[in-house]
Amino acid sequence: MSSTYNFTALKTIWIKECTRFLRIWVQTLVPPAITMTLYFVIFGSIVGERIGEMGGRPYMEFIVPGLIMMSIITNSYSNVASSFFSAKFQRNIEEMLVAPVSTSVIIVGYVGGGLARALIVAVIVTLVSFLFVDNVQIYHAGILLMTVILTSTLFSLGGLVNAVFAKTFDDISIVPTFVLTPLTYLGGVFFSIGLLPGIWESVAQFNPVLYMVNAFRYGFLGISDVNITLAMGVIVGFNLLFFVTAYTLLQRGTGIRS
Amino acid sequence: MKALSIRGLKKTYKGGFDALKGIDLDVNEGDFFALLGPNGAGKSTTIGIIASLVNKTAGSVSVFGYDLDTQLVELKQQIGLVPQEFNFNQFETVRQIVVNQAGYYGVARSVAMERSEKYLKQLGLWDKRNSPARMLSGGMKRRLMIARALLHEPKLLILDEPTAGVDIELRRSMWDYLEQINKQGITIILTTHYLEEAETLCRNIAIIDSGEIVENTSIKRLLATLNMETFVLDLELDGLAVEDIKLDGFNFKVAEEHTIEVDVEKSQGLNKVFEQLSAQKVKVMSMRNKANRLEELFVKMVEKGRANTAANVAAKKAGAAS
Repeated sequence: MSSTYNFTALKTIWIKECTRFLRIWVQTLVPPAITMTLYFVIFGSIVGERIGEMGGRPYMEFIVPGLIMMSIITNSYSNVASSFFSAKFQRNIEEMLVAPVSTSVIIVGYVGGGLARALIVAVIVTLVSFLFVDNVQIYHAGILLMTVILTSTLFSLGGLVNAVFAKTFDDISIVPTFVLTPLTYLGGVFFSIGLLPGIWESVAQFNPVLYMVNAFRYGFLGISDVNITLAMGVIVGFNLLFFVTAYTLLQRGTGIRS
Repeated sequence: MKALSIRGLKKTYKGGFDALKGIDLDVNEGDFFALLGPNGAGKSTTIGIIASLVNKTAGSVSVFGYDLDTQLVELKQQIGLVPQEFNFNQFETVRQIVVNQAGYYGVARSVAMERSEKYLKQLGLWDKRNSPARMLSGGMKRRLMIARALLHEPKLLILDEPTAGVDIELRRSMWDYLEQINKQGITIILTTHYLEEAETLCRNIAIIDSGEIVENTSIKRLLATLNMETFVLDLELDGLAVEDIKLDGFNFKVAEEHTIEVDVEKSQGLNKVFEQLSAQKVKVMSMRNKANRLEELFVKMVEKGRANTAANVAAKKAGAAS
């Protein structure tokens, strides 16, 4: 089939996905704005003033990149997980399965939806941060943008894999609750891992979210707890792993074909 | 050209259930074909495999010469599927659903918008184009699925019980529509529980039971195998009590005060019934078949198929024991 055909199918899935999260904007775009405002108020203003500096920057400035990254991770993941699982649950995934849509197009279409939502949420959270931080600077726009795109892609793929295996709506909330939240909170959003005692600093190095948060913080502030090249390598590596996993599962028809 | 050709198709589900046991089936281009069978016979599995919603265990499927294993993209382009259950996003509007479906088939959005107007108007859904699908009635949802299946203009339309739960008036209007598109050249395969539907619409038929094809022929030929029919006669009795009617050579019973049911063998003909009734000064005011003829045949075919299967199993066991 021609590339025009694939592009039309891809555009259709992407528009459908964007229409979905924009239609329910109260559930998808407003909550991150409220949650992050609360984080800025409580951790940034109230607690932050007592903390002083972190990584050589005022605490409020330090947590801004982490909180934006946290929103990107959560929204990418939940957008694809809930959309793909709903399509499975209502069986409208069959609309795509009966059509000559390739597995790669389905994956890229859904990931594109997750990415779009993550970018909109990232802009909203950044705008909210302007209320609390006087001077938001960008140290390295290239790394900043690449980290956003790759992290959002990775967690969109993660949401897709979760949705493929999920059999009930509970199954798509287990991973965010028991895996994503702990990894994000322990991934250096609120603190520099240099503060962790002894062995825990070494253990923290196995947390992939640490590399995303720090690469993003480097793009914003020019500071990082980890080597940036290593961080980008880890993010790209996980992207490849999750793409291959999602592709293999969908190609086999796991969870979607009898 | 064959619109559909199936050879040795087998499906064994996880757990070992054999849903299809190696069926062969051909449907000619332009045909209106009925696939009948009781619940769990393998109809939906067959359709699922053709539409690539179900992975086959063995065998081959080709649609207009395109092979399911090697030319999947081309094969899918030929097929429009109307599934048994509503499987669209209930929150999307009617137009979004059909236009998106066309997009999955690579139809440009501008073309899809034009076609959506054409098909939604033909199926009486144009006024509802901006309504979310969940607001539609059951009949409208069925028509929406037909419109959705037609938007990429397939050559083969497969309908899995399209009129289930639809009222009589709407069912007949759907029949008219399907006949109309069949005349325009679209091959149609239909599964249904309404045997009257198959008898009215279809030219050829396959009956499937327990994963095997037990009959595959034309409806005409199938009906010709029927030896006896029961007719219901509404009578005007000239002072005669209905119980006193005599019909020599025929089995009949009194159904109501002015109604009798007569079994007529093909060799006997109806004239002898009318002659005898006229001799008794009884007028026949109206007459109809008691049961749907196809229904009788369907039951016979399924029973025959099961008896053969049981006999084969018994023979195998006996062979194994000796």
